[in-house]
Amino acid sequence: MKAAVVVFPGSNCDHDIHHVLNEVAGVPAEYVWHGESSLAGYDAAVLPGGFSYGDYLRCGAIARFSPIMPEVERLAREGRPVLGICNGFQVLTECHLLPGALLRNRKLKFLCQDVHLRVEPSASLYAAKYRKGEVLRIPIAHMDGNYFCDPDTLRELEEGKRVVFRYVRPDGTREDGDGTANPNGALASIAGIMNKEGNVLGMMPHPERVSEAALGGTDGRRLFQALKKFLEGRA
Amino acid sequence: MTDALRPGTLPDARSFGLKEEEFDRIVARLGRTPNLTELGIFAVLWSEHCSYKSSRIHLKKLPTKGKRVLQGPGENAGVVDIGQGLCVVFKMESHNHPSFIEPFQGAATGVGGILRDVFTMGARPIACLDSLRFGAPDAPRMQYLVDGVVAGIGFYGNCFGVPTVGGETTFFEAYNENILVNAFTLGLARHEDLFFGRASGAGNPVYYVGSKTGKDGIHGATMASEEFSDATEEKRPTVQVGDPFTEKLLLEALLELMKTDAIEGIQDMGAAGLTSSSFEMAGRAGTGMRLDLDQVPLRETGMTPYEIMLSESQERMLLVARHGHDATIARIFHKWGLDASLIGEVTGDGRMVCTWKGKTVVDLPIAPLAQDAPLYDRPRRRPSYLRKVTVEADAKADSADLGGDLLDLLEHPNFASKRWVWRQYDHQVRTNTVIGPGLDAALLRVKGTRMGVAMTSDVNPLYCYLDPREGTRFAVAEAARNLACVGAQGIGVTDCLNFGNPEKPEVMWQFKEAVEGMASALKAFKIPVVSGNVSLYNDTEGRSIWPTPTVAMVGLVKDMRRVPERELPEGARVLLAGDGEVRLAGSQYLYHKGTLVGRLPKLDLKMERKLQKFLLKGYAKRALRFAHDVSEGGLAAALAEVALFAGMGFDGSVPGGDPVLQCFGEGGGRALVVGEEEALAALARALDLPLRPLGVLGGEAFRLSTGGAPLETTLDALQRRFEGGFKKAMRA
Repeated sequence: MKAAVVVFPGSNCDHDIHHVLNEVAGVPAEYVWHGESSLAGYDAAVLPGGFSYGDYLRCGAIARFSPIMPEVERLAREGRPVLGICNGFQVLTECHLLPGALLRNRKLKFLCQDVHLRVEPSASLYAAKYRKGEVLRIPIAHMDGNYFCDPDTLRELEEGKRVVFRYVRPDGTREDGDGTANPNGALASIAGIMNKEGNVLGMMPHPERVSEAALGGTDGRRLFQALKKFLEGRA
Repeated sequence: MTDALRPGTLPDARSFGLKEEEFDRIVARLGRTPNLTELGIFAVLWSEHCSYKSSRIHLKKLPTKGKRVLQGPGENAGVVDIGQGLCVVFKMESHNHPSFIEPFQGAATGVGGILRDVFTMGARPIACLDSLRFGAPDAPRMQYLVDGVVAGIGFYGNCFGVPTVGGETTFFEAYNENILVNAFTLGLARHEDLFFGRASGAGNPVYYVGSKTGKDGIHGATMASEEFSDATEEKRPTVQVGDPFTEKLLLEALLELMKTDAIEGIQDMGAAGLTSSSFEMAGRAGTGMRLDLDQVPLRETGMTPYEIMLSESQERMLLVARHGHDATIARIFHKWGLDASLIGEVTGDGRMVCTWKGKTVVDLPIAPLAQDAPLYDRPRRRPSYLRKVTVEADAKADSADLGGDLLDLLEHPNFASKRWVWRQYDHQVRTNTVIGPGLDAALLRVKGTRMGVAMTSDVNPLYCYLDPREGTRFAVAEAARNLACVGAQGIGVTDCLNFGNPEKPEVMWQFKEAVEGMASALKAFKIPVVSGNVSLYNDTEGRSIWPTPTVAMVGLVKDMRRVPERELPEGARVLLAGDGEVRLAGSQYLYHKGTLVGRLPKLDLKMERKLQKFLLKGYAKRALRFAHDVSEGGLAAALAEVALFAGMGFDGSVPGGDPVLQCFGEGGGRALVVGEEEALAALARALDLPLRPLGVLGGEAFRLSTGGAPLETTLDALQRRFEGGFKKAMRA
């Protein structure tokens, strides 16, 4: 079992993911430079947060052309786990492994703060260790996290139960558009979505930042533990 | 363009900010008239910003040595040992003038510059602080300045991937036309991985790495050494433009290269760009350098040698390599998509020789420039305003509504939650942040060890206005106290000394008083200064800012299992530890009532040391669960902050005496604590430290009985005013 942490120029949560996978979740993980052209031997890929290519042009728009990306797409096609967090989610939408786009936050400011996420009734492998309807406290840190897609896509996402996490109030209810629970203004309060098969997840919040009690929260840890369990099951 | 080679004249020198006697001194030293490029080099290296010519004579008084100090002032940043083969590398620097002219890029490049100072030494930056002083919220341009500075800091730090974990943001009219942006960075390294800015070894190749050179920022250092005027708008082109993405690549490329054997010495091209980096590196090593300016990567055509030498384009470094590593350097920089150009070599003759298009355009001896800059002992005079404001009897104030006064104070942006500011900063990236913005000090774990590193920046401008010497001593004491409140022992300081025009005797007097005050307090705490920065000429239209010696202190926690708790239980008792003279003079309470006069309370350094020992031992013995410093806003504000942290009301009393004085009077030597009372009491007795219970957390009411009418309000009102104050003031 081995996971690849893909490093783009400008990735800056690569060390954090590497640390959580290896030291907290027990998933052996290695860095793979974006200029490499093979992910042979890797069972999963994580696209970390950061500012790949400085967010120039559009977040994730240049990274999708990196030499490693066809291999990330191969893993996705083969049903292996591909996880994109923050900038990684943006890259996954740019390369169309996931639908929609991440627009600039509603108030046009960078936001680093805790949000509450409700675990939606999806069949996502990453949510296997959460209860449906459970409310998690996980931070966001982004300028462009305002999820958007067209009405047909939204219907597909909702009907296919592909919304994995939604921004909610601490009591688990959706906000009514006042920005208190869904600060970036995401469509339908969407914080994370998966592909049809469920092996590709993109999410804006950072579970790796709340996976150790010393950092003030552990709600993110079970996501990585679920990934480990899935990989063990395939091995 | 031959103009760069024509002989420089006295009017040229004056336009570059040099004085007539300095021009004469240059001609005498060289035995000839310098050409225009050479004169420009002298002008920046002898500017106040680069040469510290007015401040050096006083800075010598600061303590800079200690058993943990691995590198004191004089390098790119200071280095302090934290044990287990690790060290912290840190420095604070001002970017005041650029941020007032162009707040977004000014603040952004301030962050970029201080990050480079730290990683050029081989340390990966792990945290930033920003100490910001703005004018009154309703002053002209102030909303724009606050918005731009905060966004600029976030833009740079967030992209680079360093958490901004704390700092200060306060508002006083004295900064209406001259805001202060002081940026601090701390990096972590292993001892053996440190690099220094020395151009050793004649014959070693000199590389230019990073971004290309453009025409931006020329004479930024001299701009920072002049007063402001209405012509400020014309100086916008002297502000550089930051590219945090390139800087992130530069960081990774350098850390990768530093693992090889390729680097002899390296330095950031900061203020005065290629000029200061080359002269300082050769100056420190006692060598010379030959540079071929045709090899410098340029962003635009038609640049003159003058512009190449003085450009302050960002994200560049000068690297002296060892022989035989050219292929490694080329491979690593190519991987990260950056320029690495061989532009010269180290020589043994002590001269800087630059050629351009086959001609020698600069030929200067290095020692007189880098190390023998003018040194002034400028005249000093006690400012006349002090005669008016220094009155022995403490100011008095009556209050008809103590609760209302507390709410008004907490709503003022000096006190109100700065969430609007710090949620624009990524304060968690790198997953080390144990205590982020909003408490007394920030605290980060050091992965792979049990240790933690804490940091805080402090200075009370009201106190420094009333008494620069005592005010600075208070700043040092408060910084050390803040660290102790999170369980950390202070191990080193970096300072940013922001003052007005040093040619005014009154300003020079304030400067000397502040430096001497800082020296005496640091000696009492046995904490050295290892790096810092002096920012003078913070004057606009002849008005000087208040003396503002920002103290950034770094502390060490040996065992991260012994740190403050995140939640306090209902019914927890809050105790007051320590004691000290309390006065309304210089208090935030009186300032907001329109009065700023009086003698400061006496700072009892013996009590401070006992209090800090109590806090540190309290955490170590697991007797202490939480501590909070009592400073600006007095006991009432500190208790309100504890209640807000706990999310509970409070019922208790303040010591007897004048109610306003007891609630809002300020002074040193005190902290609020929550913990195991018997163990704390025993510890206090052993240290002979006063410790008394004030009241209990819980419920929805916030009530303090006093010698007169009680202070009464509710948790809900405190929360609303505290959370809403900043946005209200900023109309955000």
